[in-house]
Amino acid sequence: MTLTVQDLTISRGGIPVLEGLNFTLEPGRALVLRGPNGVGKTTLLRTVAGLQLPIEGKVVCGSEEIAYAAHSDGLKGTLTVAENLHFWADIFGTKGIGNALNGFDLNALADRPAGALSAGQKRRLGLARLLVTGRPIWILDEPTVSLDTASVAMFADNVRAHLASGGSTLIATHIDLGLDADVLDVGPFRAKPRSGTGGFDGLDESFL
Amino acid sequence: MIALLIRDMKLAMRAGGGFGLGLSFFLIVTVLVPFGVGPESALLAKIAPGVLWLGALLACLLSLDRIFALDWEDGSLDLLATSPLPMEGVVTVKALAHWVTTGLPLCLASPLFGLLLSLPSEGYQWLVVSLVLGTPALSVVGTFGAALTVGLKRGGLLLSLLVLPLYVPTLIFGAEVARRGDEGLANTTPLLMLAGITAGTIALLPFASALVLRVNLR
Repeated sequence: MTLTVQDLTISRGGIPVLEGLNFTLEPGRALVLRGPNGVGKTTLLRTVAGLQLPIEGKVVCGSEEIAYAAHSDGLKGTLTVAENLHFWADIFGTKGIGNALNGFDLNALADRPAGALSAGQKRRLGLARLLVTGRPIWILDEPTVSLDTASVAMFADNVRAHLASGGSTLIATHIDLGLDADVLDVGPFRAKPRSGTGGFDGLDESFL
Repeated sequence: MIALLIRDMKLAMRAGGGFGLGLSFFLIVTVLVPFGVGPESALLAKIAPGVLWLGALLACLLSLDRIFALDWEDGSLDLLATSPLPMEGVVTVKALAHWVTTGLPLCLASPLFGLLLSLPSEGYQWLVVSLVLGTPALSVVGTFGAALTVGLKRGGLLLSLLVLPLYVPTLIFGAEVARRGDEGLANTTPLLMLAGITAGTIALLPFASALVLRVNLR
């Protein structure tokens, strides 16, 4: 259940972006990642989720413990809200979507095609998917994009309930969710230019 | 895995899913050939197995880039990659769903289209048998091509170029089974070759597809 990251160096498009990262995420804790655009937060989350390989270091956690939510929600517009959730529940081998529908106030929308939802409603559905995965470690990339204030509060309540039940979460976000969370600013971990990658100083986001 | 198969079938059947795309393309080809080569039934009967196989192959090719492109665009492919399903299972199910929505309807409709090309009566069973044995290979090889080109904008052209050479053995032996059956000749050898190619691709290619998909998701 504990996620440990040791001496991690990650790259995007072959260029190292962050290096020397060490942190531990205990059950019941939340860790918020901060840092300017393009610094490599998404790359870090993808690496921790196992979608990408690190250049150096390792990510230690049990297999099949991570639920990942990216910028895009992975919804099918022609399936209804309930069908979308049922699909992910079947894939993750969990039963029942009632909890997820209640948690993100989607009951009234259950029979509507996902393609007919507003951006904020789609986001809520994408986040509700986390509840049907039944996985203890949530890795969330900018989860509050296009959510209104009430929905952000609803999302924060769900995260708190998840933490209270022994789960943990790693969130990249720019807004304050009002969680009792540790904050990790990844800015100081920017990778130094390595030999052979040219001589620019610091990060130039247009090169990444 | 069944859930993924059911979802893909549902998506194919619903609006914009492209279920009828391959079938209507197959129909167009077989209807237009007699206009192109003339209505002489002896000539049509002679070229029918080849034309039907070619039509089936191109109809299959038409929908290949949808196998992973849509799941890639909306992010479900990333989520599937972090799910409990093994990637090999995902690509196998994707290939199966493609065959059920494209290859199977072509097999079932082929006798009707054979009629349009005055296929001799001995030819029908062999046409269906050769398509049933051969089209799964088209879907599995196509899934491999789709996995290679996932994430490329307008990857369809590259996909066709990559996949077409790999389709050639199936086309040769498939059309040969149908032609020999048509003319009442022994066709056991091409039949075994066709079945062997299909069995081999089903056994080996999902591992290759899963590997390139994992690399492409990085």
